[in-house]
Amino acid sequence: MQRPDTWLYPTPSGLFCAPGNFYIDPPRPTDRAVITHGHSDHARAGHGRVLATAETVAIMQVRYGAECAGAFHAVAYGETLNLGGVTVRLVPAGHILGSAQIVLEWGGARVVVSGDYKRAEDPTCRPYELVACDVFVTEATFALPVFRHGPVAEQIAKLIASMARFPTRTHLIGAYGLGKSQRVIKLVRQVGYDRPVYLHGAHAALTQLYQSLGQDFGDVRLVSEAAAADLAGALVMCPPSALGDRWSRRFGDAVTGFASGWMRVRGRARQSGIELPLVISDHADWPELIDTIVATGAEDIWVTHGRDDALVHHLGCLGRRARALALVGRDDEAD
Amino acid sequence: MHSFAMLLDALSTHQGRTDKIELMCAYFRSTPDPERGWALAALTDGLPLRVPFRRVLTNLMSTRIDPVLYKLSRDYVGDTAETVALLWPEPTSGQSRVAVPSLAHIVATLADADAKRIEPLLADLLDRCDATERWALLKFIGGALRVGVSARLAKTALAMLGGCDVGEIEEVWHAIGAPYIDLFAWLEKAGPRPETTGVAVFRPLMLATPIEDQDWPNLQADAFAAEWKWDGIRVQIAATPREVRIFSRTGEDISPAFPEIAHAFGGRDVTTDGELLVMRDGVVAPFNDLQQRLNRKTVSAKLMQAHPAHVRLYDLLLRDGEDLRSRPFDQRRKRLEDWHAEAPPARTDLSEMIPFDSFDQLRTLHLDARAASIEGLMLKRRASPYLAGRPKGHWFKWKRTALTLDCVLMYAQRGAGKRSSLYSDYTFGVWRTGTVGERELVPVGKAYSGFTDVELKQLDAFIRSNTMASFGPVRQVQPALVLEVAFDAVQKSSRHKSGIAMRFPRIHRIRWDKPAAEADTLEGIEALL
Ligand SMILES: [Zn+2]
Ligand SMILES: [Zn+2]
Repeated sequence: MQRPDTWLYPTPSGLFCAPGNFYIDPPRPTDRAVITHGHSDHARAGHGRVLATAETVAIMQVRYGAECAGAFHAVAYGETLNLGGVTVRLVPAGHILGSAQIVLEWGGARVVVSGDYKRAEDPTCRPYELVACDVFVTEATFALPVFRHGPVAEQIAKLIASMARFPTRTHLIGAYGLGKSQRVIKLVRQVGYDRPVYLHGAHAALTQLYQSLGQDFGDVRLVSEAAAADLAGALVMCPPSALGDRWSRRFGDAVTGFASGWMRVRGRARQSGIELPLVISDHADWPELIDTIVATGAEDIWVTHGRDDALVHHLGCLGRRARALALVGRDDEAD
Repeated sequence: MHSFAMLLDALSTHQGRTDKIELMCAYFRSTPDPERGWALAALTDGLPLRVPFRRVLTNLMSTRIDPVLYKLSRDYVGDTAETVALLWPEPTSGQSRVAVPSLAHIVATLADADAKRIEPLLADLLDRCDATERWALLKFIGGALRVGVSARLAKTALAMLGGCDVGEIEEVWHAIGAPYIDLFAWLEKAGPRPETTGVAVFRPLMLATPIEDQDWPNLQADAFAAEWKWDGIRVQIAATPREVRIFSRTGEDISPAFPEIAHAFGGRDVTTDGELLVMRDGVVAPFNDLQQRLNRKTVSAKLMQAHPAHVRLYDLLLRDGEDLRSRPFDQRRKRLEDWHAEAPPARTDLSEMIPFDSFDQLRTLHLDARAASIEGLMLKRRASPYLAGRPKGHWFKWKRTALTLDCVLMYAQRGAGKRSSLYSDYTFGVWRTGTVGERELVPVGKAYSGFTDVELKQLDAFIRSNTMASFGPVRQVQPALVLEVAFDAVQKSSRHKSGIAMRFPRIHRIRWDKPAAEADTLEGIEALL
């Protein structure tokens, strides 16, 4: 078996697969990019050719324009391709709509680049599928044992209860505009909340895309088109940055919430003046990370963005070879 | 304790005062005895439980988690109790969950437990809780809730529950104890008012209103008595033959911080109103000296000697079981003088009455009063009874005109609650000459008030378009805006970089017109010391 780090390695332009001559989630424009999912720290504009799931291609075109790459190659989950002798397959990652793990096989070794992933149920995307491999490339956004996200149903119940307790106050919920916002809307619909849900303009286009791809969100409207009276007591979804913005003042004495895995730690909520922290994450929590990594059977684990120190230490204690992979251009995602 | 955990969770994130009151009131209404009573004890800092758990928690965690992971987690979370609450192993799924312990059970389990038994007992309690409950449990037994609720606010929620005035709660408060079954019964009209005979209870204070220019024409000089307004803190001393308590203006029992005063009133049967001061050789020390003695649970002999407490008395509310509050001020004053002349308690004197014939005469005195420890004058209507709260037209405070300085806005921070989208907390500074001769700004104070809503929006807009740097919630602003800051006094302070501290600073005017370079200097402030 050819050691995988001889043919798949980080470069200043991103994680590079040498025999296939392509990059995975490169932060800079490249000739050929394989994209795990549509979040902006993974999917950028300006590549020559982009290979991704059809949903990810659609998301990139909504965000950056139809011409944001020279050419798009939409691939179905499970479809097998051959890129310069490297077998490439996209497998659901359970992170957001269209998110995929990239399964690479070459020289007798199998590597899974998981992008971002979670194991918890999400009605807006295909669930994670486990692929056994030799090398597993994992994210580490919530890689501290204090992060255990818990059942999402409890958090939705908390939101519904708050709307009942403060029936005249707008509930202004900050959520990442791709994936999280749509998931929250879907989850409140699933528990029977049937009043209109209002959107900040920044969430409109992506939510429409989800709808056009078959998601039913019920009655969804734009804040900009609503009468002030309709917003009293209403549920409003907005980008987290809008919570402390001038935009938020129109709602008067709103209850401000934030749907994010970070809300597990009280200090994070208090720091940002959040009244209704909702622990809802699109990333794996600590137990999910450990369980998933162990279940892949991988002997080598490469840890990308997030907190690598705790994860590398703990995997070492479990007898795995783990190391941090310094990739440029990745930040903490707002979710 | 599940509902208590939910309450603390909501209190910790909701900033608004009304929200907090409503949350507590709803909790008291829907939670049975004695659970709600123990919660009330925790909220009012009256829980007879102090588990020294920092070491206990470290020991408990050492057998449950890898020390490296613990340290990384603790560093990230920043709070031991919360770290433990988050890290504690969840009951394995399938294993049916044992009932969540009640607050009464927690108190009963830990109150008399042998120190060696605390660890396994606490572990058992933690095993029975989910993450939020574990966090609440550790707050509950640790003593300090830190969820932005004062004892006074909790009592306000009780008043809402009982449909009464918070003063009525305060009057019985020190006669009752956890878990407050009789209190809740009374508030819910299911029992009598708790008995207060023989107990040193707090009587809500009578407060003054600031005198306004339009008040003067309606006032007759001969209907009023005048006294100096001293720069200390208002205290009520309630003595019964059984006990002596010193209460702050809000009814908080501060006796443990001032044992020499409590001792001086030992064995007496009176309730008096007065000003707590630090006094040396008959001279009132600056407020800063008194500050050293506030907010303490105990006090050393050394501190008592260096900062001797004194009470300047100005009213007598009760004597030997007789309630004098309905009598006019003149009569109460006479009774106060008689009582004090009979056997004056050590460390007390009477607030001097200032004779005057006309308000003009008083005005001259007022202008001349420049002693740092005098804040201004009090005018008290001679015929007024002692009324709880801030009744209009009876007592007036006539503060010295505030001093003002032109300062430069340096930093801004977002406010809480309704103001959370606005930069409403300001740090301002004045110029000084730096070490190499350059002119630099040095912060001299913070203000959160004194502006209108319209001005607040203007300030917010200015800050957003003049930000130089952001540090978390704080923005550093271009030194370009002059704020005219009013304050009551300025004192030396080793705790501030500038070496001075302002008392009660507030924004007096926004000087959009004035160039920042023309703001005041530190030397100018030092001249006011
Ligand atoms: Zn992502
Ligand atoms: Zn990511």
